[in-house]
Amino acid sequence: MSNLRLWINQNMGVLLSVCIFALVYGLYSFLHPSGGTGKIFIQNSNETFVLIMVAMAQTVPVLTGGLDLSVGAVMTMSNALASVVVNGSPAEIFFGMFLCVAVSAFAGFMNGCIIVYGRLQPIIVTLATGAVYIGIALFLRPTPGGKVDGDLSFAATFDLNEIFLTYGWDIPKWFEGSIGLIPTPMAILVLIVVVIWIPFRSSVTGRGCYAIGSAEGAAYMSGLNVGRSRIAAYTLAGLFAGIGGLYLALQTGSGNADVPQAGAYTLNSIAAVVIGGSSLYGGAGGVIGSIFGAMALRSISFNFRVFDADGPFGFISDPLLQPLFEGTILLIAVSVGAARVFQVKNRLKLFG
Amino acid sequence: MTEQQSQFALDLTGVSKRYGGVTALNEVDFKCKPGSIHAILGENGAGKSTLIKIISGVVQPDDGVIKIGDDAVHFTTPQHATDKGVVCIFQELSLMPDMSVADNICLTDPPRNWLGLIDSAEQIRISEELLARVDCDDINPRELVKNLPLSRRQMVEIAKALGRNPKILILDEATSALAAADVEKVYEILKGLREDGLTLLYISHRMHEIEELADTYSVFRNGSHIETFEKGKRSDQEIVEMMIGREISSVFPPKPEKSETLPHVLEVENLNWTDRLTNISLSLGKGETIGLGGLDGQGQREFLLALFGVLRGVEGTIKVNGTETRISSPKQAKSDDIGMALIPEDRKTEGLMLPMSVRDNVSIVSLDQFTKGLSIDKGLEDQKINEMVEKMTIKVGSVEDSVATLSGGNQQKVVIAKWLMTGAQIILLNDPTRGIDVGTKQELYQLFRELADAGNSIIFYSTDYDELIGLCDRVMIFYAGKILKELVGDQINETNIVASSLNIDLSGPEKENAE
Repeated sequence: MSNLRLWINQNMGVLLSVCIFALVYGLYSFLHPSGGTGKIFIQNSNETFVLIMVAMAQTVPVLTGGLDLSVGAVMTMSNALASVVVNGSPAEIFFGMFLCVAVSAFAGFMNGCIIVYGRLQPIIVTLATGAVYIGIALFLRPTPGGKVDGDLSFAATFDLNEIFLTYGWDIPKWFEGSIGLIPTPMAILVLIVVVIWIPFRSSVTGRGCYAIGSAEGAAYMSGLNVGRSRIAAYTLAGLFAGIGGLYLALQTGSGNADVPQAGAYTLNSIAAVVIGGSSLYGGAGGVIGSIFGAMALRSISFNFRVFDADGPFGFISDPLLQPLFEGTILLIAVSVGAARVFQVKNRLKLFG
Repeated sequence: MTEQQSQFALDLTGVSKRYGGVTALNEVDFKCKPGSIHAILGENGAGKSTLIKIISGVVQPDDGVIKIGDDAVHFTTPQHATDKGVVCIFQELSLMPDMSVADNICLTDPPRNWLGLIDSAEQIRISEELLARVDCDDINPRELVKNLPLSRRQMVEIAKALGRNPKILILDEATSALAAADVEKVYEILKGLREDGLTLLYISHRMHEIEELADTYSVFRNGSHIETFEKGKRSDQEIVEMMIGREISSVFPPKPEKSETLPHVLEVENLNWTDRLTNISLSLGKGETIGLGGLDGQGQREFLLALFGVLRGVEGTIKVNGTETRISSPKQAKSDDIGMALIPEDRKTEGLMLPMSVRDNVSIVSLDQFTKGLSIDKGLEDQKINEMVEKMTIKVGSVEDSVATLSGGNQQKVVIAKWLMTGAQIILLNDPTRGIDVGTKQELYQLFRELADAGNSIIFYSTDYDELIGLCDRVMIFYAGKILKELVGDQINETNIVASSLNIDLSGPEKENAE
């Protein structure tokens, strides 16, 4: 019992972000005429996946007490690269996808190396490298367009059954009505969490990331390899952002080195991390919270599509007011997480 | 080969370390035998910290040879040292506040499962085992370190060090925050480790701890190794003289006789706060020093914070100079009407703004005094600051230097100086001599006595019994958030303090409201 209470206390941030998501997405599903159907799930998953990946990317450096302002840029670079290389024969497609992810991970690795060996502030380093990566993206894709393999595009952006249909394979009977209905991006997400995040979280390097964010001096004194953990954090950020960019290319069937979009993704990723309960000072949190944070953030904007323009709250559906309402809701969501300060009896604890 | 093996576990020859123009260690030869608790004594700045840092791989020496057993070693990181069996428990705790106790204990070398990933269940089992070894079964390994009180954290730190199977264990003020009950257990463990043939380097400013534990003493002064000798070969007086290089007259300045009827400056009645403080009542006379005694964590710190307006939801009445007041923030507490000052427990986080200069730190609480209209009168400020730095004999190259560059003792002087600038009439001291060298302690004792003689009233919390005995007119023993006993005059002695701290009944006047 006491262990359960400890667990709940320590995962309060994640639980809150799950609640916020459930609330906002529940409202949307209720208001949407075909809310709660598979079609809507697939559509929403596709629209959310890229932000989820970028938010996951942002989480790892934040855990170390840093910040990565280049996640949107790496995502965009991967997106532009995908529109050049992800087509042709199956082998070429496969190699192209691998290249996108590898280049992005390398970009993150470079961030980490500059921060660790150059002993520079993460925020400045990633601001600068972010501009470099956007530059590369613009060089690869000066105008929107390019070509991404159509079959793969279809397969990746519907439900799991679609993969079988696209490539003309037989769908097993047990699969079709159950697992087969899961939106493909959600399946990919689960795969990434299980294969990449969970092992990383329980490796010494991954734990080092938490230790750095918690007390870097103490981590060093305890004999941890501080530099390796920090480089790993930024590399992982690049990797996640790269997967996001690749998926965006599959989703749109093309590439676009969209500079404002890159910036918006970076800022939203920070918002998602905060809603997801990770501390911007580092040391506490994790990508699971950020996933729900990103979903909650996207769900807020979904709602603007379904408010009845003629109803009593019709003014909310005015697209010009959307940023204002999004910002307000974001503030409220973050305040809920901070509400526990009212219970603090010792004012010194307010300054953490 | 055995007979040729070095009889020393640790052997330093001609080790030197310079920081810029300052020589921190000068040609030090230093040897430690296995199966020994070796105390290192010296004032702040004597080179103890540098020595420890070199042995544990935090800094590299400029010259000299270090041998562990028979192997000459060159540590470039603390990790190297740990691999060779050198484990250090630092004065500043080295735990990760946001991580669980189990994660901390198994931080560098966690148990792994067949996939090479950290095995959480095994990790919790190991932690429970180690915590049981230091008698801390009450600590849940899943709890985050930041939710533990300081004394428990220190026990976790010790458990963590034991988990690394050290050959040479360095304890740098590792017991300074321990609760008295845990100290006994730690002594027992350390003596057990000595039996097992480990070498323990022990640094503490508490002489009676050293007498209890150490079998060999080494004295350092000004970066040089003065002498190493067996326990009992030198008297305390001789040791202290060796450390400070001059004779000292007496440790505590004499207490003047107090008249019975001092005007009350502060009266506290039935103070309550959550479940940590229960019905605290006391009155503080002008020029009086009241000590707060008892085991660590019995509500003494909370009581001081409550008086200073830091805590929310405090019940009870507080009268200052006979007027009932409600203090709800430090800003109000320091105002002229109340005139209170609190020297906080942790100087690095609550006492100082480390990156800022000595001058800015000293004047920050009393800027009102120097403000004329909208601007600060720099000339007046500088004059006051220089007077204060001189009065407190703060050793500083320039008052523009950042406080972070000062030694611990001088930092504490800055904290005290900044509060003395306000001319406070009530001074609350929260363990002001923790981790400070003997010489500075002397100066502070003298200062506290002068303050009391000048009519300031002091409430003094200390974890060191000797200080309560030497400085206080009355001592309140705290136990579980209550004042258990009040000791006056001759009753203030070590036996009474220890007995009542542990709630052992010896005859004496009971404090009436402590039922």
